[in-house]
Amino acid sequence: MSAFLAILSRDLALANRIGGSGWLGLVFFLLIVTLVPFALGPDLNLLSRIGPAILWIAAVLATLIGLDRLFQADEEDGSLDLLRSAPAPLEVLVLAKVVAHWLTTGLPLALASPLFGLLVALSPEGMAAMVATLIVGTPALTFVGAVGAALTATLRRGGLILAILVLPLMVPTLIFGVSAANAATGGTVPFATPFLILAALSLVAAVVGTLGAAAALRFGE
Amino acid sequence: MIWDLANPTRFMGYSGRALPWLGGLAALTLGIGLVMAWGAPPDYQQGETIRIMFLHVPAAWLSLFFYSTMAVSALGTLVWRHPLADVSQKAAAPIGAAFTFICLVTGSLWGKPMWGTYWVWDARLTSVLVLFLMYCGVMALWRTIDEPARAARAVSILTLVGAVNVPIVKFSVDWWSTLHQPASVFRVDGPTIHPSMLYPLLVMALAFTLIGITLHLAGMRTEILRRRVRTLTILEAERLDAQAA
Repeated sequence: MSAFLAILSRDLALANRIGGSGWLGLVFFLLIVTLVPFALGPDLNLLSRIGPAILWIAAVLATLIGLDRLFQADEEDGSLDLLRSAPAPLEVLVLAKVVAHWLTTGLPLALASPLFGLLVALSPEGMAAMVATLIVGTPALTFVGAVGAALTATLRRGGLILAILVLPLMVPTLIFGVSAANAATGGTVPFATPFLILAALSLVAAVVGTLGAAAALRFGE
Repeated sequence: MIWDLANPTRFMGYSGRALPWLGGLAALTLGIGLVMAWGAPPDYQQGETIRIMFLHVPAAWLSLFFYSTMAVSALGTLVWRHPLADVSQKAAAPIGAAFTFICLVTGSLWGKPMWGTYWVWDARLTSVLVLFLMYCGVMALWRTIDEPARAARAVSILTLVGAVNVPIVKFSVDWWSTLHQPASVFRVDGPTIHPSMLYPLLVMALAFTLIGITLHLAGMRTEILRRRVRTLTILEAERLDAQAA
Protein backbone atom coordinates (compact mmCIF):
# COMPACT_ATOMS: atom_id res chain seq x y z
CA MET A 1 0.00 0.00 0.00
CA SER A 2 2.83 2.40 0.84
CA ALA A 3 4.46 1.56 -2.50
CA PHE A 4 1.14 2.34 -4.21
CA LEU A 5 0.91 5.74 -2.50
CA ALA A 6 4.57 6.52 -3.20
CA ILE A 7 4.21 5.90 -6.93
CA LEU A 8 0.89 7.74 -7.00
CA SER A 9 2.28 10.88 -5.36
CA ARG A 10 5.45 10.71 -7.49
CA ASP A 11 3.47 10.56 -10.74
CA LEU A 12 1.08 13.31 -9.61
CA ALA A 13 4.05 15.53 -8.75
CA LEU A 14 5.67 14.78 -12.12
CA ALA A 15 2.45 15.62 -13.97
CA ASN A 16 2.16 18.94 -12.14
CA ARG A 17 5.66 20.08 -13.02
CA ILE A 18 7.31 20.82 -16.32
CA GLY A 19 6.56 18.28 -19.03
CA GLY A 20 3.27 17.13 -17.54
CA SER A 21 0.59 16.61 -20.16
CA GLY A 22 -2.61 16.95 -18.10
CA TRP A 23 -3.39 20.46 -19.28
CA LEU A 24 -2.42 19.65 -22.83
CA GLY A 25 -5.13 17.02 -22.90
CA LEU A 26 -7.71 19.60 -21.86
CA VAL A 27 -6.60 22.05 -24.53
CA PHE A 28 -6.72 19.27 -27.11
CA PHE A 29 -10.24 18.37 -25.93
CA LEU A 30 -11.30 22.01 -26.38
CA LEU A 31 -9.72 22.10 -29.84
CA ILE A 32 -11.68 19.11 -31.09
CA VAL A 33 -14.93 20.49 -29.69
CA THR A 34 -14.13 23.76 -31.50
CA LEU A 35 -13.29 22.08 -34.79
CA VAL A 36 -16.51 20.08 -35.11
CA PRO A 37 -18.84 23.10 -35.58
CA PHE A 38 -16.49 24.41 -38.29
CA ALA A 39 -17.05 21.16 -40.18
CA LEU A 40 -20.78 20.78 -39.45
CA GLY A 41 -21.91 24.40 -39.49
CA PRO A 42 -23.12 26.51 -36.55
CA ASP A 43 -26.60 24.97 -36.30
CA LEU A 44 -27.22 24.82 -32.53
CA ASN A 45 -30.09 22.32 -32.80
CA LEU A 46 -27.92 19.85 -34.64
CA LEU A 47 -25.00 20.48 -32.29
CA SER A 48 -27.04 19.92 -29.14
CA ARG A 49 -28.39 16.67 -30.61
CA ILE A 50 -24.93 15.27 -31.38
CA GLY A 51 -23.20 17.10 -28.51
CA PRO A 52 -22.65 14.02 -26.30
CA ALA A 53 -21.15 12.20 -29.29
CA ILE A 54 -18.75 15.07 -29.99
CA LEU A 55 -17.66 15.28 -26.37
CA TRP A 56 -17.13 11.52 -26.14
CA ILE A 57 -15.08 11.37 -29.36
CA ALA A 58 -13.03 14.28 -28.06
CA ALA A 59 -12.53 12.48 -24.74
CA VAL A 60 -11.36 9.28 -26.49
CA LEU A 61 -8.86 11.22 -28.61
CA ALA A 62 -7.68 13.34 -25.68
CA THR A 63 -7.07 10.18 -23.64
CA LEU A 64 -4.68 8.99 -26.32
CA ILE A 65 -2.61 12.15 -25.94
CA GLY A 66 0.01 11.57 -23.32
CA LEU A 67 -0.75 7.87 -23.07
CA ASP A 68 2.40 7.00 -25.01
CA ARG A 69 4.49 8.65 -22.29
CA LEU A 70 2.84 6.65 -19.49
CA PHE A 71 5.65 4.07 -19.30
CA GLN A 72 8.03 5.38 -21.96
CA ALA A 73 9.49 8.16 -19.80
CA ASP A 74 10.21 5.64 -17.04
CA GLU A 75 11.70 3.24 -19.57
CA GLU A 76 14.05 5.94 -20.84
CA ASP A 77 15.39 7.15 -17.48
CA GLY A 78 15.65 3.63 -16.09
CA SER A 79 13.11 3.92 -13.29
CA LEU A 80 11.05 1.19 -14.94
CA ASP A 81 13.87 -1.27 -14.22
CA LEU A 82 13.70 -0.24 -10.56
CA LEU A 83 9.94 -0.76 -10.55
CA ARG A 84 10.38 -4.20 -12.11
CA SER A 85 12.87 -5.29 -9.46
CA ALA A 86 10.92 -3.71 -6.57
CA PRO A 87 9.62 -6.08 -3.86
CA ALA A 88 6.04 -4.83 -4.36
CA PRO A 89 4.09 -6.65 -7.10
CA LEU A 90 4.41 -4.94 -10.46
CA GLU A 91 0.61 -4.99 -10.83
CA VAL A 92 0.21 -2.68 -7.82
CA LEU A 93 2.79 -0.22 -9.19
CA VAL A 94 1.15 -0.27 -12.62
CA LEU A 95 -2.22 0.35 -10.98
CA ALA A 96 -0.76 3.36 -9.13
CA LYS A 97 0.71 4.78 -12.33
CA VAL A 98 -2.52 4.34 -14.26
CA VAL A 99 -4.63 5.85 -11.48
CA ALA A 100 -2.28 8.84 -11.34
CA HIS A 101 -2.54 9.18 -15.11
CA TRP A 102 -6.32 9.10 -14.95
CA LEU A 103 -6.38 11.69 -12.14
CA THR A 104 -4.35 14.07 -14.32
CA THR A 105 -6.08 13.42 -17.68
CA GLY A 106 -9.46 11.67 -17.40
CA LEU A 107 -10.79 13.41 -14.30
CA PRO A 108 -10.05 17.01 -15.43
CA LEU A 109 -11.70 16.16 -18.74
CA ALA A 110 -14.86 14.97 -17.00
CA LEU A 111 -14.97 17.96 -14.67
CA ALA A 112 -14.45 20.43 -17.51
CA SER A 113 -17.04 18.84 -19.77
CA PRO A 114 -19.98 21.09 -18.67
CA LEU A 115 -17.96 24.08 -19.82
CA PHE A 116 -17.40 22.48 -23.20
CA GLY A 117 -21.01 21.33 -23.19
CA LEU A 118 -22.01 25.02 -23.33
CA LEU A 119 -20.27 25.28 -26.69
CA VAL A 120 -22.48 22.58 -28.16
CA ALA A 121 -25.65 23.84 -26.40
CA LEU A 122 -26.21 20.88 -24.08
CA SER A 123 -29.16 21.09 -21.69
CA PRO A 124 -28.38 21.13 -17.93
CA GLU A 125 -29.48 17.48 -17.55
CA GLY A 126 -27.30 16.67 -20.53
CA MET A 127 -24.31 18.30 -18.85
CA ALA A 128 -24.85 16.42 -15.61
CA ALA A 129 -25.09 13.19 -17.58
CA MET A 130 -21.91 14.07 -19.49
CA VAL A 131 -19.95 14.56 -16.26
CA ALA A 132 -21.34 11.33 -14.79
CA THR A 133 -20.64 9.22 -17.88
CA LEU A 134 -17.16 10.66 -18.37
CA ILE A 135 -16.20 10.10 -14.72
CA VAL A 136 -17.42 6.51 -14.88
CA GLY A 137 -16.28 5.80 -18.45
CA THR A 138 -12.85 7.41 -18.85
CA PRO A 139 -11.15 4.92 -16.45
CA ALA A 140 -12.01 2.19 -18.97
CA LEU A 141 -10.27 4.22 -21.70
CA THR A 142 -7.18 4.82 -19.56
CA PHE A 143 -6.87 1.19 -18.44
CA VAL A 144 -7.31 -0.21 -21.94
CA GLY A 145 -4.82 2.38 -23.16
CA ALA A 146 -2.34 1.36 -20.47
CA VAL A 147 -1.97 -2.10 -22.06
CA GLY A 148 -1.07 -0.43 -25.35
CA ALA A 149 1.27 1.98 -23.58
CA ALA A 150 3.07 -0.91 -21.87
CA LEU A 151 3.38 -2.84 -25.13
CA THR A 152 4.86 0.14 -26.95
CA ALA A 153 7.00 1.48 -24.07
CA THR A 154 10.27 0.45 -25.68
CA LEU A 155 9.37 1.49 -29.22
CA ARG A 156 10.73 4.72 -30.56
CA ARG A 157 7.67 5.65 -32.61
CA GLY A 158 5.08 4.24 -30.26
CA GLY A 159 2.42 6.95 -30.56
CA LEU A 160 0.82 5.92 -33.86
CA ILE A 161 0.90 2.19 -33.23
CA LEU A 162 -0.52 2.76 -29.76
CA ALA A 163 -3.58 4.42 -31.28
CA ILE A 164 -4.03 1.57 -33.77
CA LEU A 165 -3.77 -1.04 -31.02
CA VAL A 166 -6.13 0.46 -28.46
CA LEU A 167 -8.80 2.36 -30.44
CA PRO A 168 -10.70 -0.79 -31.53
CA LEU A 169 -10.80 -1.89 -27.87
CA MET A 170 -12.35 1.45 -26.89
CA VAL A 171 -15.41 0.89 -29.08
CA PRO A 172 -17.63 -0.61 -26.31
CA THR A 173 -16.87 2.26 -23.91
CA LEU A 174 -17.69 4.80 -26.60
CA ILE A 175 -20.98 3.08 -27.47
CA PHE A 176 -22.23 2.88 -23.89
CA GLY A 177 -20.87 6.28 -22.90
CA VAL A 178 -22.72 8.02 -25.71
CA SER A 179 -25.91 6.02 -25.28
CA ALA A 180 -25.98 6.73 -21.54
CA ALA A 181 -25.44 10.46 -22.17
CA ASN A 182 -28.19 10.42 -24.80
CA ALA A 183 -30.55 8.44 -22.61
CA ALA A 184 -30.40 11.17 -19.96
CA THR A 185 -31.89 13.75 -22.32
CA GLY A 186 -34.65 11.58 -23.73
CA GLY A 187 -35.07 8.41 -25.72
CA THR A 188 -36.55 5.03 -25.04
CA VAL A 189 -33.80 3.53 -22.87
CA PRO A 190 -33.64 4.39 -19.14
CA PHE A 191 -30.40 6.11 -18.14
CA ALA A 192 -29.39 3.42 -15.65
CA THR A 193 -29.08 0.54 -18.16
CA PRO A 194 -26.23 1.82 -20.33
CA PHE A 195 -24.74 3.66 -17.36
CA LEU A 196 -24.38 0.47 -15.30
CA ILE A 197 -22.88 -1.36 -18.27
CA LEU A 198 -20.43 1.51 -18.65
CA ALA A 199 -19.44 1.11 -14.98
CA ALA A 200 -19.04 -2.64 -15.55
CA LEU A 201 -16.79 -1.97 -18.55
CA SER A 202 -14.59 0.26 -16.40
CA LEU A 203 -14.30 -2.40 -13.69
CA VAL A 204 -13.45 -5.13 -16.20
CA ALA A 205 -10.94 -2.83 -17.90
CA ALA A 206 -9.33 -2.07 -14.53
CA VAL A 207 -8.62 -5.77 -13.97
CA VAL A 208 -7.67 -6.74 -17.53
CA GLY A 209 -5.74 -3.52 -18.10
CA THR A 210 -3.66 -3.75 -14.92
CA LEU A 211 -2.79 -7.43 -15.41
CA GLY A 212 -2.15 -6.98 -19.13
CA ALA A 213 0.04 -3.91 -18.72
CA ALA A 214 2.07 -5.52 -15.93
CA ALA A 215 2.55 -8.67 -18.00
CA ALA A 216 3.60 -6.59 -21.02
CA LEU A 217 6.17 -4.68 -18.95
CA ARG A 218 7.54 -7.89 -17.41
CA PHE A 219 7.90 -9.64 -20.78
CA GLY A 220 9.17 -6.51 -22.50
CA GLU A 221 12.61 -6.57 -20.87
CA MET B 1 2.15 -35.09 -30.80
CA ILE B 2 2.22 -31.32 -30.12
CA TRP B 3 5.52 -31.63 -28.27
CA ASP B 4 6.86 -33.96 -30.92
CA LEU B 5 6.50 -31.08 -33.36
CA ALA B 6 8.32 -28.65 -31.07
CA ASN B 7 11.50 -29.40 -32.96
CA PRO B 8 11.36 -27.09 -36.00
CA THR B 9 13.35 -29.49 -38.19
CA ARG B 10 10.91 -32.30 -37.48
CA PHE B 11 8.01 -29.93 -38.09
CA MET B 12 9.49 -28.92 -41.44
CA GLY B 13 9.78 -32.61 -42.35
CA TYR B 14 6.20 -33.52 -41.44
CA SER B 15 4.62 -30.37 -42.82
CA GLY B 16 6.59 -30.59 -46.06
CA ARG B 17 5.12 -34.03 -46.69
CA ALA B 18 1.60 -33.08 -45.59
CA LEU B 19 1.39 -29.81 -47.51
CA PRO B 20 0.85 -31.13 -51.11
CA TRP B 21 -1.85 -33.53 -49.90
CA LEU B 22 -3.61 -30.85 -47.91
CA GLY B 23 -3.42 -28.43 -50.82
CA GLY B 24 -4.79 -31.05 -53.22
CA LEU B 25 -7.61 -31.93 -50.84
CA ALA B 26 -8.46 -28.25 -50.39
CA ALA B 27 -8.55 -27.67 -54.16
CA LEU B 28 -10.73 -30.76 -54.65
CA THR B 29 -13.21 -29.76 -51.93
CA LEU B 30 -13.33 -26.23 -53.26
CA GLY B 31 -14.09 -27.58 -56.75
CA ILE B 32 -16.92 -29.77 -55.46
CA GLY B 33 -18.23 -26.96 -53.26
CA LEU B 34 -18.27 -24.47 -56.14
CA VAL B 35 -20.14 -26.91 -58.41
CA MET B 36 -22.68 -27.59 -55.65
CA ALA B 37 -23.06 -23.86 -55.01
CA TRP B 38 -23.61 -23.36 -58.72
CA GLY B 39 -26.31 -26.05 -58.75
CA ALA B 40 -28.12 -24.78 -55.66
CA PRO B 41 -31.54 -23.28 -56.40
CA PRO B 42 -31.83 -19.47 -56.33
CA ASP B 43 -33.57 -18.06 -53.30
CA TYR B 44 -37.23 -17.11 -53.75
CA GLN B 45 -36.59 -13.64 -52.33
CA GLN B 46 -32.93 -12.94 -52.90
CA GLY B 47 -32.57 -14.61 -56.31
CA GLU B 48 -29.10 -15.38 -57.60
CA THR B 49 -27.36 -13.11 -55.09
CA ILE B 50 -27.79 -15.91 -52.54
CA ARG B 51 -24.68 -17.52 -54.09
CA ILE B 52 -22.53 -14.81 -52.53
CA MET B 53 -23.45 -16.43 -49.23
CA PHE B 54 -21.42 -19.54 -50.13
CA LEU B 55 -18.26 -17.42 -49.98
CA HIS B 56 -19.40 -14.93 -47.37
CA VAL B 57 -20.42 -17.25 -44.53
CA PRO B 58 -17.33 -19.56 -44.63
CA ALA B 59 -15.09 -16.49 -44.71
CA ALA B 60 -16.87 -15.12 -41.63
CA TRP B 61 -16.42 -18.43 -39.82
CA LEU B 62 -12.73 -18.51 -40.67
CA SER B 63 -12.19 -14.92 -39.58
CA LEU B 64 -13.14 -16.05 -36.06
CA PHE B 65 -11.39 -19.40 -36.44
CA PHE B 66 -8.06 -17.69 -37.07
CA TYR B 67 -8.51 -15.27 -34.20
CA SER B 68 -9.06 -18.29 -31.93
CA THR B 69 -5.97 -19.92 -33.45
CA MET B 70 -4.00 -16.80 -32.59
CA ALA B 71 -5.38 -16.73 -29.04
CA VAL B 72 -4.55 -20.42 -28.42
CA SER B 73 -1.08 -19.91 -29.89
CA ALA B 74 -0.67 -16.84 -27.68
CA LEU B 75 -1.35 -19.04 -24.66
CA GLY B 76 1.14 -21.50 -26.10
CA THR B 77 3.75 -18.76 -26.28
CA LEU B 78 3.18 -17.31 -22.82
CA VAL B 79 2.24 -20.37 -20.78
CA TRP B 80 3.82 -23.43 -22.36
CA ARG B 81 6.67 -21.65 -24.18
CA HIS B 82 6.07 -23.85 -27.20
CA PRO B 83 8.69 -22.88 -29.79
CA LEU B 84 6.28 -23.12 -32.71
CA ALA B 85 3.43 -21.24 -31.03
CA ASP B 86 4.70 -17.79 -31.95
CA VAL B 87 5.42 -18.98 -35.50
CA SER B 88 1.83 -20.19 -35.72
CA GLN B 89 0.59 -16.91 -34.26
CA LYS B 90 2.49 -14.81 -36.74
CA ALA B 91 1.40 -16.90 -39.73
CA ALA B 92 -2.26 -16.84 -38.64
CA ALA B 93 -2.63 -13.04 -38.50
CA PRO B 94 -2.50 -12.10 -42.21
CA ILE B 95 -4.60 -15.14 -43.22
CA GLY B 96 -7.27 -14.25 -40.69
CA ALA B 97 -7.20 -10.63 -41.82
CA ALA B 98 -7.58 -11.75 -45.44
CA PHE B 99 -10.63 -13.89 -44.63
CA THR B 100 -12.14 -11.03 -42.63
CA PHE B 101 -11.56 -8.77 -45.61
CA ILE B 102 -13.22 -11.28 -47.98
CA CYS B 103 -16.14 -11.44 -45.58
CA LEU B 104 -16.48 -7.64 -45.61
CA VAL B 105 -16.16 -7.33 -49.41
CA THR B 106 -18.59 -10.14 -50.26
CA GLY B 107 -20.98 -8.79 -47.64
CA SER B 108 -21.01 -5.34 -49.12
CA LEU B 109 -21.39 -6.73 -52.68
CA TRP B 110 -24.44 -8.61 -51.43
CA GLY B 111 -25.69 -5.55 -49.57
CA LYS B 112 -25.85 -3.39 -52.70
CA PRO B 113 -28.70 -5.29 -54.45
CA MET B 114 -30.37 -6.37 -51.19
CA TRP B 115 -30.21 -3.35 -48.94
CA GLY B 116 -29.57 -0.79 -51.70
CA THR B 117 -26.21 0.30 -50.34
CA TYR B 118 -22.71 -1.11 -50.08
CA TRP B 119 -22.36 -0.36 -46.42
CA VAL B 120 -24.79 0.03 -43.58
CA TRP B 121 -23.77 0.62 -39.98
CA ASP B 122 -25.35 -2.58 -38.86
CA ALA B 123 -24.21 -4.52 -35.80
CA ARG B 124 -22.69 -7.56 -37.48
CA LEU B 125 -20.94 -5.61 -40.23
CA THR B 126 -19.51 -3.24 -37.68
CA SER B 127 -18.23 -5.94 -35.34
CA VAL B 128 -16.53 -7.69 -38.28
CA LEU B 129 -14.99 -4.33 -39.21
CA VAL B 130 -13.69 -3.93 -35.65
CA LEU B 131 -12.30 -7.48 -35.83
CA PHE B 132 -10.50 -6.50 -39.05
CA LEU B 133 -9.03 -3.45 -37.30
CA MET B 134 -7.83 -5.68 -34.47
CA TYR B 135 -6.10 -7.96 -36.98
CA CYS B 136 -4.45 -4.84 -38.44
CA GLY B 137 -3.23 -3.86 -34.96
CA VAL B 138 -1.74 -7.33 -34.39
CA MET B 139 0.05 -7.27 -37.75
CA ALA B 140 1.29 -3.73 -37.10
CA LEU B 141 2.78 -4.78 -33.75
CA TRP B 142 4.51 -7.76 -35.39
CA ARG B 143 6.14 -5.40 -37.86
CA THR B 144 7.22 -2.83 -35.28
CA ILE B 145 9.33 -5.03 -32.97
CA ASP B 146 12.15 -6.61 -34.94
CA GLU B 147 13.33 -9.28 -32.52
CA PRO B 148 10.98 -12.28 -33.04
CA ALA B 149 10.88 -13.58 -29.46
CA ARG B 150 10.08 -10.19 -27.94
CA ALA B 151 7.54 -9.40 -30.64
CA ALA B 152 5.86 -12.74 -29.97
CA ARG B 153 5.42 -12.01 -26.25
CA ALA B 154 4.07 -8.52 -26.90
CA VAL B 155 1.65 -9.73 -29.57
CA SER B 156 0.51 -12.59 -27.32
CA ILE B 157 -0.58 -10.15 -24.64
CA LEU B 158 -2.34 -7.97 -27.20
CA THR B 159 -4.09 -10.99 -28.72
CA LEU B 160 -5.28 -12.26 -25.34
CA VAL B 161 -6.54 -8.83 -24.23
CA GLY B 162 -8.25 -8.62 -27.62
CA ALA B 163 -9.77 -12.08 -27.16
CA VAL B 164 -11.32 -10.94 -23.87
CA ASN B 165 -12.69 -7.93 -25.70
CA VAL B 166 -14.13 -9.67 -28.77
CA PRO B 167 -17.31 -10.84 -26.98
CA ILE B 168 -17.68 -7.43 -25.30
CA VAL B 169 -17.35 -5.64 -28.63
CA LYS B 170 -19.83 -8.05 -30.18
CA PHE B 171 -22.34 -7.51 -27.37
CA SER B 172 -22.02 -3.74 -27.35
CA VAL B 173 -22.29 -3.42 -31.11
CA ASP B 174 -25.42 -5.60 -30.99
CA TRP B 175 -26.87 -3.23 -28.44
CA TRP B 176 -25.93 -0.30 -30.65
CA SER B 177 -27.79 -1.31 -33.80
CA THR B 178 -29.07 -4.37 -35.54
CA LEU B 179 -30.33 -5.02 -39.06
CA HIS B 180 -28.44 -8.15 -40.16
CA GLN B 181 -30.35 -11.41 -39.99
CA PRO B 182 -29.66 -13.51 -36.88
CA ALA B 183 -27.62 -16.71 -37.12
CA SER B 184 -29.46 -19.31 -39.17
CA VAL B 185 -27.21 -22.40 -39.20
CA PHE B 186 -26.17 -23.03 -35.60
CA ARG B 187 -29.38 -22.86 -33.60
CA VAL B 188 -30.90 -24.92 -30.83
CA ASP B 189 -33.99 -25.80 -32.89
CA GLY B 190 -31.97 -26.92 -35.92
CA PRO B 191 -30.92 -24.93 -38.98
CA THR B 192 -33.56 -22.73 -40.61
CA ILE B 193 -31.84 -22.96 -43.95
CA HIS B 194 -33.08 -25.44 -46.58
CA PRO B 195 -30.87 -28.56 -47.13
CA SER B 196 -30.42 -27.69 -50.83
CA MET B 197 -28.47 -24.65 -49.66
CA LEU B 198 -27.12 -26.07 -46.40
CA TYR B 199 -25.05 -28.86 -47.99
CA PRO B 200 -23.16 -26.66 -50.48
CA LEU B 201 -22.58 -24.22 -47.63
CA LEU B 202 -21.10 -26.92 -45.39
CA VAL B 203 -18.88 -28.22 -48.22
CA MET B 204 -17.70 -24.68 -48.90
CA ALA B 205 -17.00 -24.19 -45.20
CA LEU B 206 -14.91 -27.37 -45.19
CA ALA B 207 -13.08 -26.20 -48.33
CA PHE B 208 -12.34 -22.78 -46.83
CA THR B 209 -11.10 -24.41 -43.63
CA LEU B 210 -8.77 -26.69 -45.62
CA ILE B 211 -7.50 -23.72 -47.64
CA GLY B 212 -6.95 -21.82 -44.42
CA ILE B 213 -5.01 -24.67 -42.79
CA THR B 214 -2.92 -25.15 -45.94
CA LEU B 215 -2.05 -21.46 -46.06
CA HIS B 216 -1.33 -21.48 -42.34
CA LEU B 217 1.10 -24.40 -42.66
CA ALA B 218 2.80 -22.81 -45.66
CA GLY B 219 3.03 -19.52 -43.76
CA MET B 220 4.57 -21.25 -40.75
CA ARG B 221 7.17 -22.94 -42.96
CA THR B 222 8.03 -19.62 -44.58
CA GLU B 223 8.36 -18.00 -41.17
CA ILE B 224 10.71 -20.74 -39.89
CA LEU B 225 12.87 -20.37 -43.01
CA ARG B 226 12.82 -16.59 -42.61
CA ARG B 227 14.06 -16.93 -39.03
CA ARG B 228 16.83 -19.30 -40.14
CA VAL B 229 17.94 -16.76 -42.76
CA ARG B 230 17.88 -14.08 -40.06
CA THR B 231 20.03 -16.16 -37.70
CA LEU B 232 22.46 -17.05 -40.50
CA THR B 233 22.75 -13.40 -41.50
CA ILE B 234 23.51 -12.37 -37.93
CA LEU B 235 26.11 -15.15 -37.56
CA GLU B 236 27.68 -14.17 -40.88
CA ALA B 237 27.83 -10.52 -39.82
CA GLU B 238 29.44 -11.52 -36.52
CA ARG B 239 31.99 -13.66 -38.36
CA LEU B 240 32.90 -10.81 -40.70
CA ASP B 241 33.05 -8.49 -37.71
CA ALA B 242 35.47 -10.83 -35.93
CA GLN B 243 37.61 -11.13 -39.08
CA ALA B 244 37.83 -7.37 -39.44
CA ALA B 245 38.86 -6.94 -35.82
